Amino acid sequence: MPFFSPSDDPGSNFPDLLRRIGHDPAVGAVAGRLAVDDLGVPHATTCVALRYDGGVVMAGDRRATSGNLISHRTMEKVVQADRHSGVAIAGSAGPAMEMVKLFQLQLEHYEKVEGASLSLEGKANQLSAMVRGNLPAAMQGMVVVPIFAGYDLLRSTGRLWDFDATGGRYEERNHVATGSGSLHASTVIKVGFKPDMSRDAAIDLAATSLWEAADADSATGGPDALRGIYPVVASIDEVGWERVTDEDLADRYGRIIDAAGERVAAR
Amino acid sequence: MSMPFYVAPEQMMKDRADYARKGIARGRALVAMRYADGIAIVAENASETLRKVSEIYDRIAFAGVGKYNEFDQLRVAGIRSADLKGFQYSRDDVDARSLANSYAQMLGNIFTHEMKPMEVEILVAEVGRESDTDQMFHILYDGTVVDERDHAALGGDAEAIRGRLAETWTEGLSLAGVVAVGVAALAGEEREIPAGDLEVAELCRGNGRRCFHRLPEADLAALLNPS
Repeated sequence: MPFFSPSDDPGSNFPDLLRRIGHDPAVGAVAGRLAVDDLGVPHATTCVALRYDGGVVMAGDRRATSGNLISHRTMEKVVQADRHSGVAIAGSAGPAMEMVKLFQLQLEHYEKVEGASLSLEGKANQLSAMVRGNLPAAMQGMVVVPIFAGYDLLRSTGRLWDFDATGGRYEERNHVATGSGSLHASTVIKVGFKPDMSRDAAIDLAATSLWEAADADSATGGPDALRGIYPVVASIDEVGWERVTDEDLADRYGRIIDAAGERVAAR
Repeated sequence: MSMPFYVAPEQMMKDRADYARKGIARGRALVAMRYADGIAIVAENASETLRKVSEIYDRIAFAGVGKYNEFDQLRVAGIRSADLKGFQYSRDDVDARSLANSYAQMLGNIFTHEMKPMEVEILVAEVGRESDTDQMFHILYDGTVVDERDHAALGGDAEAIRGRLAETWTEGLSLAGVVAVGVAALAGEEREIPAGDLEVAELCRGNGRRCFHRLPEADLAALLNPS
């Protein structure tokens, strides 16, 4: 049982506790180096987040690729971090999943030790430190670039952040996208975004943006009706995290596909 | 150089035990009881911020009586140990029995080796997937572990409270029922404890992954006086 003297107590910091007992979660530097240009481009994903009236919607496709192969069809890249926040990841799957696991645990650990949750800004800051800790691995090409979004209980509003490989943390006002299909997805959201959107409209817009990203980017997966695999879409509001069901998404994608069909056929 | 007086080991242990027991008896008591959906813990606690009962892990709760800073240190150590185990292995591998053993080792060690024993009694409770796998471990200041089946009482006047619980507790109570039984057992016949001086939490099987739930004061008042 870990017991520390008051002067070197790690407090409520779980990664620090791991280091103290000799389980450093960070990947150490290995020989070799990657061109800095390659750092900014995470592959094989599209994740988006946007604000609506009363919260945020997050969405991400399910495909993981290695080179030109589809290695995984059901990966969940948008995950709940705690009751009032979620994280979406783009980049190398291994380090990214490990980082999310550690991040979730850190939020819970803090909450249990301190008896109160971190503020939303505190959570974003914590994630930023973890991304920065991954920098040696990022230099080897294992980049992890998350989006963080949640409902700020102190300010009664949804907020979103994106990050770069060095742990830089940028708060966005209305929407954010990450991953190889982010250009297409963010254009769709930028055009369709309205201030004070409803939750329903925001979910539709997020679903459409992923459809367009999957249409143009080979490393982003679209809805897979054959296997019943749909993107992960969730909303976070004052009450907390709520994932949109696959039946609901099947309906929405039915409508999106019909609309796209009309566009393609009408020429 | 002066030589310390010889003190017989029996005497030394007895002195320490008396010291710890006195410290614990000064504090207010708490009870933990099984009910239909899990385990309820009712503590007499005048403070709204310094907690006696808290969450350790998905299905495990901690409760302590005695000296606050000492059992709080134990609480944090328990959270760390559980989170580390869950991170290194799996969430399913974290269990109350091994946690109770670690606590017992630590308290036993402190009792024999340190200047002063810890003036605490703690409880580690785990809610099972079925009601017959609920577990409660009551750990004393010297590292003695007692495995309690249906209910446990810790702190000052625990013997009398245990007696009252044995008479009033029954199998399959509702949450409101079990809290009423617990409050009555803590109060005894002459006293009445106001809702503001109670701290109540439950480990409820129906709560999803994290079973621990602390009852806010408003809910507690409604539970105690349904009208």
